[in-house]
Amino acid sequence: MRVGLLYSRIRVEEKLIVAALEARGVEVELIDVRRTHFDLERPEPWQEYDVVLERCVSHSRALAALQILDRWGVPCVNPAPVASVCGDKLATSLALTAAGVPTPPVRIAFTPEAALEAIEELGYPAVLKPAVGSWGRLLARVNDRDAAEAILEHKSTLGSYHHSIFYVQGYVDKPGRDVRSFVIGDETVCAITRTSEHWITNTARGGRATNCPVTPEIDRLSRAAAGAVGGGVVAVDLLETPEGAFLVNEVNYTMEFRNSMEPTGVDIAGRLADYVMRVGEGAPVAMAPAEGFGHNGAAVAREER
Amino acid sequence: MRTVTCIECAGEVPLTDDVMIGEIVECPDCGVELEVREVDPLTVELAPEIEEDWGE
Repeated sequence: MRVGLLYSRIRVEEKLIVAALEARGVEVELIDVRRTHFDLERPEPWQEYDVVLERCVSHSRALAALQILDRWGVPCVNPAPVASVCGDKLATSLALTAAGVPTPPVRIAFTPEAALEAIEELGYPAVLKPAVGSWGRLLARVNDRDAAEAILEHKSTLGSYHHSIFYVQGYVDKPGRDVRSFVIGDETVCAITRTSEHWITNTARGGRATNCPVTPEIDRLSRAAAGAVGGGVVAVDLLETPEGAFLVNEVNYTMEFRNSMEPTGVDIAGRLADYVMRVGEGAPVAMAPAEGFGHNGAAVAREER
Repeated sequence: MRTVTCIECAGEVPLTDDVMIGEIVECPDCGVELEVREVDPLTVELAPEIEEDWGE
Protein backbone atom coordinates (compact mmCIF):
# COMPACT_ATOMS: atom_id res chain seq x y z
CA MET A 1 0.00 0.00 0.00
CA ARG A 2 1.25 3.49 -0.87
CA VAL A 3 0.48 6.07 1.79
CA GLY A 4 1.38 9.74 1.44
CA LEU A 5 1.55 11.87 4.57
CA LEU A 6 1.12 15.55 3.82
CA TYR A 7 2.71 17.69 6.51
CA SER A 8 4.20 21.06 7.26
CA ARG A 9 5.63 20.25 10.70
CA ILE A 10 6.62 16.91 12.15
CA ARG A 11 5.03 16.96 15.58
CA VAL A 12 4.96 14.13 18.11
CA GLU A 13 1.72 12.98 16.48
CA GLU A 14 3.23 12.61 13.02
CA LYS A 15 6.11 10.56 14.43
CA LEU A 16 3.66 8.30 16.24
CA ILE A 17 1.52 7.87 13.12
CA VAL A 18 4.51 7.08 10.91
CA ALA A 19 5.77 4.54 13.47
CA ALA A 20 2.30 2.96 13.67
CA LEU A 21 2.00 2.67 9.88
CA GLU A 22 5.51 1.27 9.53
CA ALA A 23 4.78 -1.26 12.28
CA ARG A 24 1.90 -2.43 10.08
CA GLY A 25 4.22 -2.91 7.12
CA VAL A 26 3.22 0.28 5.32
CA GLU A 27 5.81 2.49 3.75
CA VAL A 28 4.95 6.13 4.31
CA GLU A 29 6.06 8.86 1.95
CA LEU A 30 6.41 12.16 3.77
CA ILE A 31 5.35 15.13 1.64
CA ASP A 32 6.21 18.62 2.90
CA VAL A 33 3.33 20.74 1.61
CA ARG A 34 5.59 23.82 1.59
CA ARG A 35 8.05 22.22 -0.76
CA THR A 36 5.76 20.55 -3.25
CA HIS A 37 3.50 21.85 -5.99
CA PHE A 38 0.55 20.51 -7.91
CA ASP A 39 0.50 20.53 -11.71
CA LEU A 40 -3.23 20.70 -12.35
CA GLU A 41 -2.82 18.97 -15.71
CA ARG A 42 -0.82 16.09 -14.24
CA PRO A 43 -2.67 14.25 -11.51
CA GLU A 44 -1.03 10.89 -12.27
CA PRO A 45 1.84 11.02 -9.74
CA TRP A 46 -0.64 11.76 -6.95
CA GLN A 47 -3.11 9.15 -8.13
CA GLU A 48 -0.49 6.50 -7.43
CA TYR A 49 -1.17 6.91 -3.72
CA ASP A 50 -3.74 4.53 -2.27
CA VAL A 51 -4.48 7.14 0.36
CA VAL A 52 -3.12 10.49 1.50
CA LEU A 53 -3.18 11.41 5.17
CA GLU A 54 -3.35 15.17 5.62
CA ARG A 55 -1.53 16.47 8.73
CA CYS A 56 -0.69 20.09 7.88
CA VAL A 57 -0.85 22.72 10.62
CA SER A 58 -2.01 25.36 8.12
CA HIS A 59 -5.74 25.12 7.44
CA SER A 60 -5.66 27.09 4.20
CA ARG A 61 -2.85 24.98 2.71
CA ALA A 62 -4.45 21.76 3.91
CA LEU A 63 -7.77 22.66 2.40
CA ALA A 64 -6.29 23.70 -0.94
CA ALA A 65 -4.27 20.48 -1.21
CA LEU A 66 -7.27 18.35 -0.24
CA GLN A 67 -9.50 20.07 -2.77
CA ILE A 68 -7.02 19.22 -5.52
CA LEU A 69 -6.59 15.61 -4.37
CA ASP A 70 -10.33 15.13 -3.92
CA ARG A 71 -10.96 16.37 -7.46
CA TRP A 72 -8.38 13.89 -8.72
CA GLY A 73 -10.07 11.04 -6.91
CA VAL A 74 -7.25 10.40 -4.43
CA PRO A 75 -8.70 9.00 -1.17
CA CYS A 76 -7.81 11.37 1.67
CA VAL A 77 -8.03 11.30 5.44
CA ASN A 78 -9.74 13.61 5.97
CA PRO A 79 -11.48 14.54 2.71
CA ALA A 80 -11.75 18.18 1.61
CA PRO A 81 -15.42 18.64 2.63
CA VAL A 82 -14.58 17.59 6.22
CA ALA A 83 -11.64 20.02 6.34
CA SER A 84 -13.77 22.75 4.83
CA VAL A 85 -16.45 22.38 7.50
CA CYS A 86 -14.21 21.79 10.53
CA GLY A 87 -11.70 24.49 9.66
CA ASP A 88 -14.35 27.18 9.68
CA LYS A 89 -16.36 27.70 12.86
CA LEU A 90 -19.27 29.19 10.95
CA ALA A 91 -19.46 26.16 8.65
CA THR A 92 -19.15 23.85 11.68
CA SER A 93 -21.98 25.60 13.50
CA LEU A 94 -24.15 25.44 10.39
CA ALA A 95 -23.47 21.71 9.98
CA LEU A 96 -24.11 20.91 13.65
CA THR A 97 -27.30 22.97 13.74
CA ALA A 98 -28.58 21.41 10.52
CA ALA A 99 -27.99 17.95 11.98
CA GLY A 100 -29.73 18.88 15.21
CA VAL A 101 -26.59 18.34 17.27
CA PRO A 102 -26.73 20.41 20.48
CA THR A 103 -24.28 23.29 20.32
CA PRO A 104 -23.95 26.67 22.06
CA PRO A 105 -26.00 29.51 20.54
CA VAL A 106 -24.16 31.42 17.80
CA ARG A 107 -24.74 34.79 16.13
CA ILE A 108 -22.94 35.98 13.01
CA ALA A 109 -22.61 39.68 12.22
CA PHE A 110 -20.69 41.68 9.64
CA THR A 111 -20.19 45.03 11.34
CA PRO A 112 -19.10 45.97 14.88
CA GLU A 113 -22.49 47.61 15.45
CA ALA A 114 -24.42 44.49 14.46
CA ALA A 115 -22.02 42.32 16.46
CA LEU A 116 -22.61 44.46 19.56
CA GLU A 117 -26.35 43.99 19.09
CA ALA A 118 -25.83 40.23 18.79
CA ILE A 119 -23.71 40.14 21.94
CA GLU A 120 -26.29 42.10 23.91
CA GLU A 121 -29.01 39.77 22.63
CA LEU A 122 -27.03 36.71 23.78
CA GLY A 123 -26.16 38.36 27.08
CA TYR A 124 -22.89 38.76 28.96
CA PRO A 125 -20.52 37.08 29.09
CA ALA A 126 -20.31 36.15 25.43
CA VAL A 127 -17.40 34.74 23.44
CA LEU A 128 -15.89 36.26 20.31
CA LYS A 129 -13.94 33.83 18.16
CA PRO A 130 -12.14 34.10 14.85
CA ALA A 131 -13.98 31.92 12.31
CA VAL A 132 -10.65 30.31 11.38
CA GLY A 133 -8.15 29.58 14.13
CA SER A 134 -7.18 27.00 16.67
CA TRP A 135 -5.25 26.22 19.84
CA GLY A 136 -7.44 28.66 21.75
CA ARG A 137 -5.85 31.68 20.10
CA LEU A 138 -7.62 35.04 19.77
CA LEU A 139 -10.63 33.95 21.78
CA ALA A 140 -12.19 36.71 23.85
CA ARG A 141 -14.63 36.37 26.70
CA VAL A 142 -16.63 39.55 26.61
CA ASN A 143 -17.85 40.36 30.09
CA ASP A 144 -19.56 43.70 29.55
CA ARG A 145 -20.46 46.35 27.01
CA ASP A 146 -17.22 48.30 27.51
CA ALA A 147 -15.16 45.22 26.70
CA ALA A 148 -17.41 44.39 23.73
CA GLU A 149 -16.98 47.83 22.18
CA ALA A 150 -13.20 47.77 22.69
CA ILE A 151 -12.68 44.27 21.28
CA LEU A 152 -14.93 44.86 18.30
CA GLU A 153 -13.10 48.09 17.47
CA HIS A 154 -9.74 46.35 17.77
CA LYS A 155 -10.89 43.47 15.57
CA SER A 156 -12.27 45.70 12.84
CA THR A 157 -9.28 48.07 12.89
CA LEU A 158 -6.35 45.71 13.38
CA GLY A 159 -7.59 42.38 12.05
CA SER A 160 -7.42 41.02 8.51
CA TYR A 161 -10.65 40.93 6.52
CA HIS A 162 -11.52 37.56 8.11
CA HIS A 163 -12.07 39.37 11.39
CA SER A 164 -14.86 41.44 9.89
CA ILE A 165 -17.06 38.36 10.10
CA PHE A 166 -17.95 38.40 13.76
CA TYR A 167 -18.60 34.97 15.24
CA VAL A 168 -20.31 35.42 18.61
CA GLN A 169 -21.02 32.43 20.80
CA GLY A 170 -23.01 32.22 23.99
CA TYR A 171 -20.70 31.59 26.94
CA VAL A 172 -21.12 28.19 28.56
CA ASP A 173 -20.34 28.29 32.27
CA LYS A 174 -18.59 24.93 32.30
CA PRO A 175 -17.27 23.44 35.55
CA GLY A 176 -13.57 24.23 35.01
CA ARG A 177 -13.22 21.50 32.44
CA ASP A 178 -14.41 20.28 29.08
CA VAL A 179 -14.35 16.97 27.28
CA ARG A 180 -12.52 16.06 24.10
CA SER A 181 -13.51 12.85 22.39
CA PHE A 182 -11.73 11.13 19.52
CA VAL A 183 -13.82 9.67 16.74
CA ILE A 184 -12.22 7.39 14.18
CA GLY A 185 -14.58 6.17 11.50
CA ASP A 186 -17.84 5.35 13.22
CA GLU A 187 -16.34 4.74 16.67
CA THR A 188 -15.61 7.01 19.63
CA VAL A 189 -12.28 5.44 20.58
CA CYS A 190 -11.65 7.44 23.79
CA ALA A 191 -12.11 10.77 25.49
CA ILE A 192 -10.23 13.05 27.86
CA THR A 193 -11.26 15.68 30.34
CA ARG A 194 -9.29 18.90 30.00
CA THR A 195 -9.10 20.79 33.27
CA SER A 196 -7.90 24.34 33.71
CA GLU A 197 -8.40 27.26 36.04
CA HIS A 198 -8.56 29.41 32.91
CA TRP A 199 -11.81 29.45 30.92
CA ILE A 200 -9.80 28.33 27.87
CA THR A 201 -9.08 24.65 28.53
CA ASN A 202 -7.06 23.68 25.41
CA THR A 203 -4.06 21.53 26.27
CA ALA A 204 -2.10 23.85 23.96
CA ARG A 205 -2.89 26.52 26.57
CA GLY A 206 -1.99 24.44 29.60
CA GLY A 207 -5.17 22.41 30.19
CA ARG A 208 -4.44 19.10 31.98
CA ALA A 209 -5.66 15.91 30.34
CA THR A 210 -7.15 12.99 32.27
CA ASN A 211 -9.12 10.00 31.07
CA CYS A 212 -12.85 10.51 30.57
CA PRO A 213 -14.99 7.39 30.33
CA VAL A 214 -16.95 7.33 27.06
CA THR A 215 -20.50 7.37 28.37
CA PRO A 216 -23.37 6.49 26.03
CA GLU A 217 -24.19 10.21 25.82
CA ILE A 218 -20.63 11.28 24.98
CA ASP A 219 -20.44 8.49 22.41
CA ARG A 220 -23.74 9.44 20.81
CA LEU A 221 -22.97 13.16 20.67
CA SER A 222 -19.44 12.60 19.41
CA ARG A 223 -20.53 10.34 16.60
CA ALA A 224 -23.39 12.68 15.73
CA ALA A 225 -20.96 15.61 15.54
CA ALA A 226 -18.54 13.58 13.41
CA GLY A 227 -21.37 12.56 11.11
CA ALA A 228 -22.54 16.17 10.83
CA VAL A 229 -19.15 17.31 9.50
CA GLY A 230 -18.74 14.34 7.16
CA GLY A 231 -16.99 11.69 9.25
CA GLY A 232 -13.37 10.62 9.06
CA VAL A 233 -10.96 11.15 11.94
CA VAL A 234 -11.97 14.02 14.19
CA ALA A 235 -11.67 15.31 17.74
CA VAL A 236 -14.88 16.66 19.20
CA ASP A 237 -14.88 19.31 21.93
CA LEU A 238 -17.82 19.06 24.30
CA LEU A 239 -18.85 21.68 26.86
CA GLU A 240 -20.82 20.74 29.95
CA THR A 241 -23.57 23.13 30.97
CA PRO A 242 -24.38 23.91 34.63
CA GLU A 243 -27.41 21.64 34.13
CA GLY A 244 -25.12 18.76 33.19
CA ALA A 245 -25.99 18.58 29.50
CA PHE A 246 -23.27 18.43 26.86
CA LEU A 247 -22.98 20.81 23.93
CA VAL A 248 -20.68 20.27 20.96
CA ASN A 249 -18.36 23.25 20.76
CA GLU A 250 -15.96 22.46 17.93
CA VAL A 251 -14.79 19.61 15.73
CA ASN A 252 -11.09 19.33 14.79
CA TYR A 253 -10.00 17.55 11.62
CA THR A 254 -6.20 17.37 12.16
CA MET A 255 -6.37 16.31 15.75
CA GLU A 256 -3.49 16.42 18.16
CA PHE A 257 -3.40 13.58 20.67
CA ARG A 258 0.06 13.46 22.25
CA ASN A 259 -1.39 14.18 25.71
CA SER A 260 -4.28 11.76 25.35
CA MET A 261 -2.75 8.36 24.66
CA GLU A 262 -1.23 7.93 28.09
CA PRO A 263 -4.25 8.91 30.24
CA THR A 264 -6.72 6.96 28.10
CA GLY A 265 -4.47 3.98 27.47
CA VAL A 266 -5.73 3.95 23.88
CA ASP A 267 -3.26 3.72 21.03
CA ILE A 268 -4.81 6.57 19.06
CA ALA A 269 -1.99 6.61 16.52
CA GLY A 270 -2.44 2.89 15.92
CA ARG A 271 -6.20 3.22 15.54
CA LEU A 272 -5.68 6.09 13.12
CA ALA A 273 -3.18 4.01 11.13
CA ASP A 274 -5.67 1.12 10.93
CA TYR A 275 -8.32 3.52 9.65
CA VAL A 276 -5.99 5.06 7.04
CA MET A 277 -5.21 1.56 5.78
CA ARG A 278 -8.91 0.71 5.54
CA VAL A 279 -9.49 3.86 3.47
CA GLY A 280 -6.49 2.93 1.33
CA GLU A 281 -8.14 -0.43 0.70
CA GLY A 282 -11.28 1.31 -0.53
CA ALA A 283 -13.44 1.81 2.56
CA PRO A 284 -15.62 4.93 2.37
CA VAL A 285 -14.80 7.85 4.69
CA ALA A 286 -18.25 9.35 5.05
CA MET A 287 -20.32 8.01 7.93
CA ALA A 288 -24.07 7.81 8.17
CA PRO A 289 -25.69 10.64 10.15
CA ALA A 290 -26.48 9.62 13.71
CA GLU A 291 -30.03 8.77 14.51
CA GLY A 292 -32.05 10.41 17.24
CA PHE A 293 -31.15 14.00 16.49
CA GLY A 294 -34.08 15.98 15.20
CA HIS A 295 -33.68 19.60 14.26
CA ASN A 296 -34.12 20.45 17.92
CA GLY A 297 -31.42 18.02 18.96
CA ALA A 298 -30.56 19.80 22.20
CA ALA A 299 -33.97 19.12 23.64
CA VAL A 300 -33.87 15.48 22.56
CA ALA A 301 -30.44 14.92 24.10
CA ARG A 302 -31.33 16.55 27.41
CA GLU A 303 -34.58 14.70 27.82
CA GLU A 304 -32.84 11.40 27.38
CA ARG A 305 -30.25 12.00 30.10
CA MET B 1 22.68 11.56 21.32
CA ARG B 2 23.20 13.70 18.25
CA THR B 3 23.63 17.45 18.43
CA VAL B 4 23.49 20.35 16.04
CA THR B 5 24.78 23.90 16.37
CA CYS B 6 22.14 26.55 16.88
CA ILE B 7 22.20 28.98 13.95
CA GLU B 8 21.03 31.79 16.22
CA CYS B 9 23.38 31.56 19.23
CA ALA B 10 25.88 28.80 18.30
CA GLY B 11 24.73 26.76 21.31
CA GLU B 12 24.59 22.99 21.23
CA VAL B 13 21.12 21.60 20.48
CA PRO B 14 20.52 17.95 21.42
CA LEU B 15 18.45 15.78 19.06
CA THR B 16 16.93 12.36 19.54
CA ASP B 17 18.29 9.48 17.47
CA ASP B 18 14.99 9.16 15.57
CA VAL B 19 14.94 12.83 14.55
CA MET B 20 13.04 13.45 11.32
CA ILE B 21 13.09 16.10 8.61
CA GLY B 22 10.43 18.68 9.44
CA GLU B 23 10.74 18.23 13.19
CA ILE B 24 10.96 21.33 15.38
CA VAL B 25 13.60 21.49 18.10
CA GLU B 26 14.24 24.21 20.65
CA CYS B 27 17.67 25.53 21.46
CA PRO B 28 18.20 25.11 25.22
CA ASP B 29 20.49 28.15 25.30
CA CYS B 30 18.53 30.87 23.47
CA GLY B 31 15.09 29.26 23.16
CA VAL B 32 14.79 29.75 19.40
CA GLU B 33 12.80 27.14 17.47
CA LEU B 34 14.70 25.34 14.74
CA GLU B 35 13.37 23.14 11.96
CA VAL B 36 15.38 20.11 10.90
CA ARG B 37 15.93 20.31 7.15
CA GLU B 38 18.36 17.40 6.67
CA VAL B 39 19.31 14.51 8.91
CA ASP B 40 22.50 13.46 7.13
CA PRO B 41 24.28 15.74 7.61
CA LEU B 42 22.16 17.42 10.27
CA THR B 43 20.99 20.77 9.00
CA VAL B 44 18.59 23.18 10.68
CA GLU B 45 17.01 26.50 9.83
CA LEU B 46 14.89 28.93 11.83
CA ALA B 47 11.38 27.51 12.19
CA PRO B 48 8.57 29.61 10.70
CA GLU B 49 6.50 31.74 13.03
CA ILE B 50 3.03 30.46 13.86
CA GLU B 51 0.51 31.78 11.36
CA GLU B 52 -3.10 32.77 11.93
CA ASP B 53 -4.64 29.71 10.28
CA TRP B 54 -2.45 27.16 12.07
CA GLY B 55 -4.02 24.66 14.36
CA GLU B 56 -5.60 21.25 14.46
